[in-house]
Order: sequence, then structure tokens, then C-alpha cells
Amino acid sequence: MPSDRASLGLRIAAFAGLLFLHLPILLIFVYAFTTEDRTYQWPPPGLTLKWFAVTWNRPDVWAAMGLSVRVAAISTAMALILGTLCAAAVSRARFFGRETISLLVILPIALPGIITGIALRSAFNIGGIPFSTLTIILGHATFCIVVVYNNVVARFRRISGPMLEASADLGANGFQTFRHIVLPNIGSALLAGGMLAFALSFDEVIVTTFTAGQQQTLPIWMLEELVRPRQRPVTNVVAMVVVLVTFLPILGAYYLTRGGSETAGGGK
Amino acid sequence: MTALHRLSDPLSDLFWRKPRVLLLLLLAPPLLWLGVVYIGSLAALLAQSFFSIDEFSGLINYDLTLKTYGELLRPANYDIVIRTTLMAAAVTIASAVISFPIAYYAAHFAKGRMKAFFYLAVMLPLWSSYLVKVYAWKLILAKEGILTWAIDGIGASAVLNAILAIPVIGGNSLSVSYIGTFLVFLYVWMPYMILPLQASLERVPSNLLEASDDLGATKRQTLRHVILPMAMPGMIAGSIFTFSLTLGDYIIPQIVGSSRNFIGQAVYAHQGTAGNIPLAAAFAVVPIVIMGVYLWAAKRKGAFDAL
Repeated sequence: MPSDRASLGLRIAAFAGLLFLHLPILLIFVYAFTTEDRTYQWPPPGLTLKWFAVTWNRPDVWAAMGLSVRVAAISTAMALILGTLCAAAVSRARFFGRETISLLVILPIALPGIITGIALRSAFNIGGIPFSTLTIILGHATFCIVVVYNNVVARFRRISGPMLEASADLGANGFQTFRHIVLPNIGSALLAGGMLAFALSFDEVIVTTFTAGQQQTLPIWMLEELVRPRQRPVTNVVAMVVVLVTFLPILGAYYLTRGGSETAGGGK
Repeated sequence: MTALHRLSDPLSDLFWRKPRVLLLLLLAPPLLWLGVVYIGSLAALLAQSFFSIDEFSGLINYDLTLKTYGELLRPANYDIVIRTTLMAAAVTIASAVISFPIAYYAAHFAKGRMKAFFYLAVMLPLWSSYLVKVYAWKLILAKEGILTWAIDGIGASAVLNAILAIPVIGGNSLSVSYIGTFLVFLYVWMPYMILPLQASLERVPSNLLEASDDLGATKRQTLRHVILPMAMPGMIAGSIFTFSLTLGDYIIPQIVGSSRNFIGQAVYAHQGTAGNIPLAAAFAVVPIVIMGVYLWAAKRKGAFDAL
């Protein structure tokens, strides 16, 4: 009989691997409090809360944060509508090209971001659309559709056919069935998909560099600081805030889809 | 009856009688956006790779030609393609090796709360901010950073210097060497390997392992002849992500690494500052073709069932 407990070697390798995935992120949290402001010195010579105040008073950080939240909110709304429509169509009928549609939805994320970015950029150029907040949103919505789609299509598969038939037998029309049966059932999947889409958009940088004009989302702001650092401790604080802002929706999405067959973030 | 109901009943009847109408209505908006705008722009990108740039005027020559693809074969450009592909392959293999124990433990030994813990412990780094992760590694690899401190602490700085002295992969410090670039790529894309690998390992029935044990196989033999072959589709599925994401990335090698270019950086530079859109497009086609071949091979190996 193979034992039910993992061997010591396996346990060490597994936990060492997890440690490798988490230590760098924890490190950011420590750096946000360091008193050292010019180098990346470790260990930190002292701890301070000063940089939180400095960051709080930086208008450029607030502007970037505001734009990121706006972009993420609108892209999420668009992705929710388009992704749900797609999921509803794919799950309710077998039709020619059904497989192609699943592929189409996944493509903007399966292909490297730079391809999606450059393709959209040339499309906007050809269409004569000036780069603005709108073009950022259009880009983000394109790749956010897939996370909504993934979550909602998995839930649609679980809504049983007999339940929908019963609703029709009891005299409900299509809209009533949608309102009273379908919507409550897909509600938490929609919320989970929306949260993940928000987190994805809030964090996206590669496609954004191609579709943004002069606008700076928070990731673009950070990229700028990485290439040409101005005030390092402010970057540390912003990095920590970004981690916290993206963690909450992911945890939320996990609890909402727990126990189902769908995996919240299966393919990012 | 409300106005909405008066409208919705006949509409509902129409959809009931003609389900295709509803289907069309559902599909039209997403298909218009993804099919026309997205696929259209991909096609435009592809088309541009068949144009060329006039070396004297710097203007785009719209005659169809393979000249730009020919330029990819020039040593400077060819090197970029090879370097990127080798890096993507190295990242993929290392991801598979480090992911395996995590995925195996999570699939076979973690139960209940532990299982949830493992799932979240992989999902959080996967979903946490890409730039923050890259930034964290800049802190780690910096000369005065934590890694140098730790290596000094255990008195192994001679080993580090010896490794950095190796030509090609070494450099002045970790943050400007291929080793640094490799570590960051590995860190950022590895979670994409763990999830499909774990999914395929979960499908290995435990009575198969018992049977192997009963027939006298050692643990190593069971691993090699039973577990690994069954984990292969998951590993290939994971490698699609790690490989593709490394092929296209241009930010990691820009921030951590030597000055030698990767495909993503070449695409970015040629479409931006250099203004050579055809060459940028031709470079962009390289990962598409490589991934096309890769996906075709993976599909034949049944990796899509493991996604």
C-alpha cells in the first residue's frame, strides 16, 4: 500500500515551491515601510509610516488610480454584457461555429499581450480613433470578456433544463424565466466574473501601453517609475496598495464560485 | 399588465418559435466586437508584415513582398528569435519541474482545508499584479538587495560570483544577467503551469498507484511509468501558457536583464520609435506561428482535454 502521507522530500519540495511564489510579494510589504529612500537596501535600516503620507499627497498617484478604477469599472460592465451574451448563446444551443466562438473569446488572452496590443493599436489607427480613455477601455473589455464568459458558461451548464421547462409550463414567458430563474442562478457567477475582470483590468499593462495616449493608468504609472524612478518609497507604497486592491476581488470570486465545477481564474 | 409585459409576451413567443432569432441577437454584439474589430486587426497586422519599408524615405511600400520576412533572417534579428525561443523553453521546463511537487501534493495529499489553502496559495500569486511581481524581483536582485544579503550571510558570495562569471548567462550582477531575467519569467508564469498539472494529476486513480505498488514497482518506477505519462497532457497544457507568455513578454527583459533584446522588445521598438511597422508585424507573426505549431502538436497529444 502506498502511504496516505506524502514523503518528507515531497512535502519540502511542495512547500518550498509555495514559499518561492509568496516571499517576493511579502517583501513588497516590508519595503513599503522602510526609511531608506534611495536604494533597495536590505535589511531596512528602519521602519516608518512616512511614505504613506507622502503617497497620499501625490496628485499623480490619485489621478492614475482614478483612471484605473474608471477604466476597470467600465470595461467590467462591457465584459459582463458581452461575456454573458456569448455564454448564453453557447450554452443554450448547438450551432455551426460554436467551437469557433469559444476560441474567439479566448484568443485575446491566449495570444501574447503584445500581439493583442499591436493589433488593436493598428485597428484604432486605421479607424482614425484617437487614443484616449475610450481606447483603453475598448482594449480592456476585449480581454476581460473571457473571464466573465468562463465563469458564466460553467454556471449555465449547471442550471438544469427541467427547471426551465417547469417555469415555462407554469406560464412564465422567456423574460420572466430569465428574471426569476436564470438570473438568480447565475448571479454569483456574474459577480465572480465581474470581480476577476475588474482585477484583470486594474492590473493590465501590456495592452494598455499600446492603446493609451497620454493617459496613465496605475500600472502605466508604475512602469514609468520602474524605468525612470523618481521617489522609490512611493512606488513601494503604491505596489503594496495594488496587491491589496487586486487580492480582495480574487478572494471574493473564490468564495462565490467555491464548490462548483468552475474554477474562478482557470485561465487568466 | 405593465407595459413591459405587453411587449415581452410577443417577443418571448417569437424567441420560442424561432430560437435562431434569439441566438443571433445574443451573438451579434460580442461577434461584432471580437470577430470584426479583433480578428480584423489581427488580419491587418498580418497584412502589414507583407509590406516593406523603403530604406531611404522611411515610408511604407505597399507592394506585397517577403522582403521583411527575409530581414528576420539577418543575424541580429535571427538571434532575437532564437534567444527568445530558448528562454521560453528553459522557463517552461523549469516551471514544470518546480510545479510538479506542488501540483502532486495538492492533488493527492491535500484534503479539505489544506486543499483550499493550496488552491488559494497558487491563485493569489497568479492573479496578483504583474508589475508588482516584476518590481519585487527588482528589489530582490538589486546589488544591495535581499538575495545578495542572504548569500553573503551564508558565506556563499564566492559561488554567486563564479556563477555570474559564466559567459552568456552571467553578468555584472544578477539583475543584468540572463539568470535574473530567467528567474523573473519563471516566477511570473509558473502558476500557469501548476493549475493544469494539478488537474491532470487529480485524474490519476489511486488504485492504479496501488496496483503498481502491488506489482513490486518502486516509488521511482511508479512515478516514471504511471504518474508522469498520465500527467503529460496537463504538463503540455501548462506549457502552452508558460511558453506563449514568455515569447510575447517585453517588460520583464526590459526591466531585469541584459541589454540584448527579446521578440517582444523588438516588436515594441520597431512599431514605436523605429517606425518600421512591417518589421514589427513580421516579428509579431513569429510567436503566432510558433504557438500555432505548438497548439497543433499539443492538440494531437490530447492536451486540450486537460485544460
